[in-house]
Amino acid sequence: MSDSNKILEEITSSEYKWGFVTDIDNDSLPKGLNEDTVRYISAKKNEPEWLLEWRLDAFRKWLKMEEPIWPNVTYPKIDFQDIIYYSAPKQKVTLNSLDEIDPELRATFEKLGISLDEQKRMTGVAVDAVIDSVSITTTFKVKLSELGIIFCSMSEAVQEHPELVRKYLGSVVPVTDNYYAALNSAVFSDGSFCYIPKGVRSPMELSTYFRINAANTGQFERTLLIADESSYVSYLEGCTAPVRDENQLHAAVVELVAMEKAEIKYSTVQNWYPGDKNGKGGIYNFVTKRGICAGDYAKISWTQVETGSAVTWKYPSCILKGDHSIGEFYSVAVTNNYQQADTGTKMIHIGKNTKSRIVSKGISAGHSHNSYRGLVKVMKRAEGARNYSQCDSLLMGDQCGAHTFPYIEVENNTSTVEHEATTSKIGEDQIFYCNQRGIATEKAVALIVNGYCKEVLNQLPMEFAVEAQKLLAISLEGSVG
Amino acid sequence: MLSIKNLHARIEEKEILRGINLEVKAGEVHAIMGPNGSGKSTLASVLAGRSDYEVTSGSVTLNGKDLLDLSPEDRAREGVFLAFQYPIEIPGVSTINFMKTAVNEIREYRGQETMDAVSFLKLMKEKMKLVEIDESLLKRALNEGFSGGEKKRNEIFQMAMLEPSLAILDETDSGLDIDALRIVANGVNKLKTPNNATIVVTHYQRLLDYIIPDFVHVLYKGRIVKSGTKELALELEEKGYDWIKAEADAQTV
Ligand SMILES: Nc1ncnc2c1ncn2[C@@H]1O[C@H](COP(=O)(O)OP(=O)(O)OP(=O)(O)O)[C@@H](O)[C@H]1O
Ligand SMILES: [Mg+2]
Repeated sequence: MSDSNKILEEITSSEYKWGFVTDIDNDSLPKGLNEDTVRYISAKKNEPEWLLEWRLDAFRKWLKMEEPIWPNVTYPKIDFQDIIYYSAPKQKVTLNSLDEIDPELRATFEKLGISLDEQKRMTGVAVDAVIDSVSITTTFKVKLSELGIIFCSMSEAVQEHPELVRKYLGSVVPVTDNYYAALNSAVFSDGSFCYIPKGVRSPMELSTYFRINAANTGQFERTLLIADESSYVSYLEGCTAPVRDENQLHAAVVELVAMEKAEIKYSTVQNWYPGDKNGKGGIYNFVTKRGICAGDYAKISWTQVETGSAVTWKYPSCILKGDHSIGEFYSVAVTNNYQQADTGTKMIHIGKNTKSRIVSKGISAGHSHNSYRGLVKVMKRAEGARNYSQCDSLLMGDQCGAHTFPYIEVENNTSTVEHEATTSKIGEDQIFYCNQRGIATEKAVALIVNGYCKEVLNQLPMEFAVEAQKLLAISLEGSVG
Repeated sequence: MLSIKNLHARIEEKEILRGINLEVKAGEVHAIMGPNGSGKSTLASVLAGRSDYEVTSGSVTLNGKDLLDLSPEDRAREGVFLAFQYPIEIPGVSTINFMKTAVNEIREYRGQETMDAVSFLKLMKEKMKLVEIDESLLKRALNEGFSGGEKKRNEIFQMAMLEPSLAILDETDSGLDIDALRIVANGVNKLKTPNNATIVVTHYQRLLDYIIPDFVHVLYKGRIVKSGTKELALELEEKGYDWIKAEADAQTV
């Protein structure tokens, strides 16, 4: 046992590879938060009056709210006055071509493995990149707009499509939904916006990369995605941050709206800086993600691979309002060293014959804590609703913890709700079996873990799945025997 | 090729191997028989490098290399293959994927180029034929939900893929139906070359009708107490182990 623990520790102690800082000129606000901060951000973005009012309303409500204490995570109290709420790379507002992007910034993206130009055009992924809360570039715009697809930064959407923004912003995650959603509503600086018109299938994956670069900055991005009737879109989100000793706050809000027969696939590979081996530094990732199947036969699938962040607090949810609508949640959450994750989903069945499926794989190593928290709620009207949940935990070593908190509330007795849960360890005999075939322990762990997560990884678009597999292997490097 | 000298090994203070001596030359087949709990699987595990067992004295060399000094994966890469008595399940990992990883890890160790998908599939098809295994089985998660016989056959398929210089088959025959037994034995025979060697651990002389051993050894209480040829297996089948036990116990007292 002790032997394997040693190996385990070695594997889990690998370095974060995205920890570089880019030296870009920033246009930032001093630290601190008050109404003027909100006004400043809104003015900087040249926002209409209604949006400023919306922000201020959120801010005033936030002041009266309390930080949630129910998640199974501990961290020092956040000083909200010690955060910079607006930091934008100094960069011309409009870019005529990708060549105009700051070379340092381009280099950043190269390091992240994101090429903003031809490479991605070839693979057919449209990318919106958000650095320190400001959207830098949206590629592929022309091709998409020919189909009527709008894919741009949130700031741009506010200017170009105010009616859509006004109609849907906060419609899925109300301002007062929770503490961090309220904060985000007050100070969000950018994010991605996407609208898929009726009957259109997006011909490519739409993708956003989030990056926190500046120090002491909070990142509050806001994503709004609307899929009109009978449309389809697959959306990818990736994130990284530099290595810093202090903790940084990331409080995003993502809202999805799927109309009748529309389908949204939303995939996230979250790799924020998790802090060092001793738990110093790292991102606090407090995110609200929610989608509504507004029309009949609509479908929303959340797939997430969570490997980063010091503390994660995140429950991508589906409101199944339309009859026969479907909600899915596929999740792999890996915690190592001193990381803490409290993640899961909420499936709210409102419409008739609504279906939901939850597959959660938690992997804990080191001294980390990994909790699954899920709510399946079947309302009175939701006749014939069905849910299937499967929550598996995999433990590596004996110093980590896995916890499961399933909540089930059923008000309609024609519904079926199934819940299965397992906890397992990577067996020494599994590792020995791999060793005996010439596979070294580290590779064996990666193989076993990838196998364990297969059901979830299979949900990801091909190129993302490969990236996710590598990420899993890296986050667990040094962790098993 | 393989030389085991005065090998002692224990697990949790309990001494299980108590002085094993065995010489296996290239091209040979050795059968190891012996009553339950005599240490056959332990010997196989110690040779493969399972860390639960502590080698307290003795030496093992493979082609002149000190085997005990190598990690389990390096032993495998040096050509040691163990067909497990109880093959392990790995959910979500197909045999194909597993073998692809294994083959390339071994090639890398040997300084060979990694095998591309096309050549790998070609190799796989060839070996599948050899051990008459169905591709659908290889696409499923490794050993998960496999029947006892399917697991054993899958072990032999892996052996065929990896072409070991020393193969140790730990009761690969138990749980096989008559046809499967013949297929597995055929596979083993076809894989036999003048350069490799096989150790088969078995309880049944029936297997030895198919895989003809050059030597038969009886393991009892952690020692090889009797060695002979194929005839010894027949004698054991007929008379059981009591007479050997009596002989051995008389000597140790
Ligand atoms: N972890 C362990 N702790 C204590 N004793 C063990 C342990 N593992 C094996 N043994 C003992 O070592 C002895 C030899 O076991 P081994 O599996 O090598 O026998 P075997 O000859 O392969 O038997 P079989 O014919 O039943 O397969 C047995 O008495 C067994 O109980
Ligand atoms: Mg045995």
